[in-house]
Amino acid sequence: MNADKVLDAKGMACPMPIVKTKKAMNDIDSGQVLEIHATDQGAKADLTAWSKSGGHELMDHSEEDGVLKFWIKKK
Amino acid sequence: MAVKAMKASEVARRVVEKKDLFILDVRNEDAYADWKIESDSFQYMNVPYFELLDGVEEIMENIPKDKELLVVCAKEGSSQMVAEMLSDEGMEVSYLEGGMKTWSEHLEPVKVGDLPNGELYQFVRLGKGCLSYMALSNGEAAIIDATRMTDVFINFAKEKEVKIKHVFDTHLHADHISGGREIAEKTGAVYWLPPKDAEEVVFEYEPLTDGEQVRIGDTAIDINALYSPGHTIGSTSFVIDNRFLLSGDILFIDSIGRPDLAGKAEDWVGDLRETLYSRYRELSEDLVVLPAHFMIMEEVNDDGSVQEKLGTLFEKNHGLNIEDESKFRSLVTENLPPQPNSHQEIRQTNMGKITPDIDKKQEMEIGPNRCAVKA
Repeated sequence: MNADKVLDAKGMACPMPIVKTKKAMNDIDSGQVLEIHATDQGAKADLTAWSKSGGHELMDHSEEDGVLKFWIKKK
Repeated sequence: MAVKAMKASEVARRVVEKKDLFILDVRNEDAYADWKIESDSFQYMNVPYFELLDGVEEIMENIPKDKELLVVCAKEGSSQMVAEMLSDEGMEVSYLEGGMKTWSEHLEPVKVGDLPNGELYQFVRLGKGCLSYMALSNGEAAIIDATRMTDVFINFAKEKEVKIKHVFDTHLHADHISGGREIAEKTGAVYWLPPKDAEEVVFEYEPLTDGEQVRIGDTAIDINALYSPGHTIGSTSFVIDNRFLLSGDILFIDSIGRPDLAGKAEDWVGDLRETLYSRYRELSEDLVVLPAHFMIMEEVNDDGSVQEKLGTLFEKNHGLNIEDESKFRSLVTENLPPQPNSHQEIRQTNMGKITPDIDKKQEMEIGPNRCAVKA
C-alpha cells in the first residue's frame, strides 16, 4: 500500500506510538495515508480505537517478524 | 505536585479493607469492559489515554476532589503520563506501578487455618481470581495449584523455614500458567498431576490417583486425593487433615466449574454432576471448601480469604441445587460465558508443548479467569 508518510515507532512503549502517530497525522493532509511501524503489542488495539474515535480510517494492518504495520487514512 | 507510584499490594489492601479509591482507567474501552480492578468500595471512570493527549481539562470536573485518585493502564506508561497531566492541574494523584500486568501477578498470602504443628495459607491473586495453597507442617510444605510467580512461593517457604516436598495441580489449568513444574524443578520437590489430564504432557511427573495419600511433617498431615472429574476429566480434589476440601475448579463459593474448556462439555457434564451431586455429598458437611478461583468480590471474606463450609454451599450455591438433570445439563453446556483468553495456548504451555517468554506469558494471562458457570 502506498503511504504519504512513514512513522517508525519500533521499540517505543505505550503511550509513545500513539503520541507520535497523532503528531505525524498533523503533518499530512486529509485523505493522505500514514504508515506506522511499531513493536508494542498494545498498539494494535489502541491504534484501532484511536483511529475510530478520531474518525480516521484504519485501512490495513499486518504483522511480520514481530513488527506491526498500520496504514491510516486521515479524515 | 509530585506524582506517586502506588504498588499493587497497596491497591490489594484497599480492596480487602473496602477503602475508598477513585480509579481513572485509561486503557481503551474494550480492555476496560473485559477486565478491571474489582472492588465494591471503588469508583471508576474509563477514558482512554489517547483521548487525553491534548489535555485533561475536560474530565477534571468529573473527578471527585475528596477521594484518593489512582490512574491505571495496561503497563504503566500511559497512566504515568495522565497522572502527570492531572498533577499539573493541581490534583493529588498516583498511578499503578507496573499497570494491570503487575496487578494480574500480585499474590496476597492469607492464613486460612491451623494444621497439626503447622498452618494452611491461601495465596489470593486478586487481579485474576486465582487461589493457590501452601500447607506447612513440622518444617515441610506442600503447594497446590501454584501460579507462575514461583518466587513468591519459594520465598514464603524460606521465610517460614520449611522445605517444599510436594507440589500438586488439581487439574490441567486452562486460564493461567501453572508454576508447579518450575517450583518442583527449583526445589527438588515431587510434582504431581492427575494422569488423565496429563496424557499429552512432555515432562516427567508423578501420577496422582484417587485415594493417594501424601504426608508432610513428622506428625503428618494427610493430603488425600479425591478423584472429582467434571471441569476436566482428571480433576482431583484434596482433603487436608480431614478438615479442608481443596475443590480445584469443580466447586466454587458462588458457582460451579464449567466442563467445556477442553472442548468436551457434552462428554464431561455427566462427570461434573456425579462429582457435585454424589461424590461431594458423601463428604462431611463440616469440611471447609477452598476453591482454586473466585469470580466476584462477594466471594471474598472480610479477612481477604475465600472459604466456606461445604454444608453451607449445599444450601446456598445454586449450582448444587438443580434437581432436574436436563436443566443442569443445559446450564453447563449452553449459554456459557466466553472462554478465558488464550486458553488453548495456556493448556499447551501447561503441557510443556510450548515455552513462551515472560512477555508472552503475561499477555496470555490478561483478563479474568472465567472458569465457572453461575446458575
